[in-house]
Amino acid sequence: MEKTPDYQRFYEKLYLIRRVEEEIIRLYPSDKIKSPVHLSIGQEFISVGVCEALDPHDVAFGTYRGHALYLAKGGDINEMIAELYGKEAGCARGKGGSMHLIDNKVGMMGTSAIVSTSIPHAAGYALALKNQKSSSLVACFFGDGATEEGVFYETLNFAALKKLPVLFICENNQYAIYTHIKDRMANTDLCTRVKSFGLQTERIESGSILDVYKTAQNMVERIRQGEGPFFLEIDTYRLRDHVGPLEDWGLRKGSKEDALKWIDKDQVSVLGGLLDDFSKKRIEAAVEKKIEDAIQYAEVSHFPENEELYKHVFS
Amino acid sequence: MYLVDKTSSRSITYGEAIYEATYQEMERDENVIVLGLGADDPKGLFGSTKDLHTFFGSHRSFDTPLSEDGMTGVAIGAALAGLRPIHVHQRMDFVLLCMNQLVNLAAKTSYMFAGKQSVPLVVRNVIGRSWGQGAQHSQAFHSFFMHVPGLKVVAPTTPYDAKGTLISSIRENNPVIFVEHRMLYEIKGIVPEEPFAVPLGKGRILAEGDDITIIGISHMVAEALRAAAHLKEVGITAEVIDPVTLYPMDIDLIASSVLKTGRLLVIDCGWLNCGASAEIITQVFEKLQEEKSFRAARMGFAETPCPTTKNLENIFYPSAKTIAMRAYKLINMKEDWIPVSEEAKEIVAFRGPF
Ligand SMILES: Cc1ncc(C[n+]2csc(CCOP(=O)(O)OP(=O)(O)O)c2C)c(N)n1
Ligand SMILES: [Mg+2]
Repeated sequence: MEKTPDYQRFYEKLYLIRRVEEEIIRLYPSDKIKSPVHLSIGQEFISVGVCEALDPHDVAFGTYRGHALYLAKGGDINEMIAELYGKEAGCARGKGGSMHLIDNKVGMMGTSAIVSTSIPHAAGYALALKNQKSSSLVACFFGDGATEEGVFYETLNFAALKKLPVLFICENNQYAIYTHIKDRMANTDLCTRVKSFGLQTERIESGSILDVYKTAQNMVERIRQGEGPFFLEIDTYRLRDHVGPLEDWGLRKGSKEDALKWIDKDQVSVLGGLLDDFSKKRIEAAVEKKIEDAIQYAEVSHFPENEELYKHVFS
Repeated sequence: MYLVDKTSSRSITYGEAIYEATYQEMERDENVIVLGLGADDPKGLFGSTKDLHTFFGSHRSFDTPLSEDGMTGVAIGAALAGLRPIHVHQRMDFVLLCMNQLVNLAAKTSYMFAGKQSVPLVVRNVIGRSWGQGAQHSQAFHSFFMHVPGLKVVAPTTPYDAKGTLISSIRENNPVIFVEHRMLYEIKGIVPEEPFAVPLGKGRILAEGDDITIIGISHMVAEALRAAAHLKEVGITAEVIDPVTLYPMDIDLIASSVLKTGRLLVIDCGWLNCGASAEIITQVFEKLQEEKSFRAARMGFAETPCPTTKNLENIFYPSAKTIAMRAYKLINMKEDWIPVSEEAKEIVAFRGPF
């Protein structure tokens, strides 16, 4: 049964993620965040569109480029900013940093900074859910570069073989650091490749959150009926440097011109345009307050005591 | 920072020394190729492979897909055919994906086929600490490779040795695991412009002393030298040795120093358990046990994964201060001295993100 998209919710999440990352950019030169940050600016619509199609009890696996997914899945913003600040109140008590966010209260699994490594975990988690006869499913997010690792194909094969309840989401921003996909693959048609393993696939090129939401919703429903796994490739563009707060137009092949069409259809503005002025302003004000509070929370929290270093090596 | 060749006066950074060695060897031998993630991107692996493809062609210096396991096998195959590949990795953490090819294939090829095939491969690994790199972008696995016969392991500290041992590694007919610390990249030292080879398997005494032998590995050599300066303030002279090559190790050099000082402190930039420090102390003990009894201690990473937050990161790693205090305790059996010590300048100078 198709849910109608809630534009206000979509906008609230998109705006939250965009503004949080803009604040990270603003704060970064102060060295308060002493950790590499991989920003999702320009790519937020994927996390939001997919997560809105999930149920709260579904589980998400992501990557070091994880701010958007963490927030879209409902991760605690205070704990996130505190984590970036290296504070004890952070989601990993300052020990994980930006690349290793986690909020298991909302099904946000801890993210890995080794490319492709959580893809098989998603399948394993789905295997467990299936054995446990759970109605939950797993959404697994990764980049185009991750599809070059052998473990991706090993996982696809297994997931299809066991008909696992996983939705694989490839955020195809065309780059792995500064290397364009065409310099990494002779055939860039990911869907055809994945289909040959026995998964159903779809590609969304429009950059529209509404398309993402609709397709994800359909796939999620079918996965719940035992038709999984599915593969969803979503074209996007990274508007900031691979890592860090700056832009990187001089560094990658291709130029800012390529980005213009993505900037034009930026989903934060598009969704904002679908709202009446009053609702838009109300949402924005509430989000700004939330971010301000989170930064304040991180500022006043304290750094972990030295003993924290030795805690949690084992559970 | 530490003068090695007094006949030259040109000073370049560690990163530049690696670049220069690679450039000169590519110029000398067209079989030398460079491959790896980001090898030909504008940053060129912290500058060490920058623009090599424009000088030597993209058949000789190229980026790869994110396929470390497969690409290691490709490099081994190319080496079997006579190329001399240099496979580069921005972080040694990613080399765990290459382990099967390196340990089961590269390390075994010469032996299994009685020398009928060889694998002249260099695997360059940047090890970390820069800031907040966390558990998966800061590890140093030299000890894993030291464990396996058939692999040579090199971890130079000075720009001079970086250039000289990289040239030797490229000319070597066996697989070499070449370990480079990110914090050394901007450190300058005297390096002759012309190509030169520093033989593998030879260590270096970087500071002479009589009271204690301190062995540093990679960046820990720099910290050990600063610790030695602190120790002078309390009348202790430390002999600081850089093994440079970790396998084969110049254990004679270390043992003869310990014979003189009677005290051995090993500082690894890795964990202690089953690590390089355990190996060094054991080998020195085996060598000297009939002749000399000596005291020994070791330091390295805290026995935890690496945290990101700065204050915990600071206690995760040994520093000039903690090394000096440990040396003092080893000598005086007391802990009544804390040197005034600043954080290493290369660590302070680092500005993220990577
Ligand atoms: C196994 C492994 N190899 C290399 C790296 C270094 N690295 C980090 S991100 C990245 C690019 C990944 O590209 P993609 O999967 O498309 O994700 P994106 O960064 O574009 O979101 C690389 C090469 C890594 N973290 N892990
Ligand atoms: Mg990408």
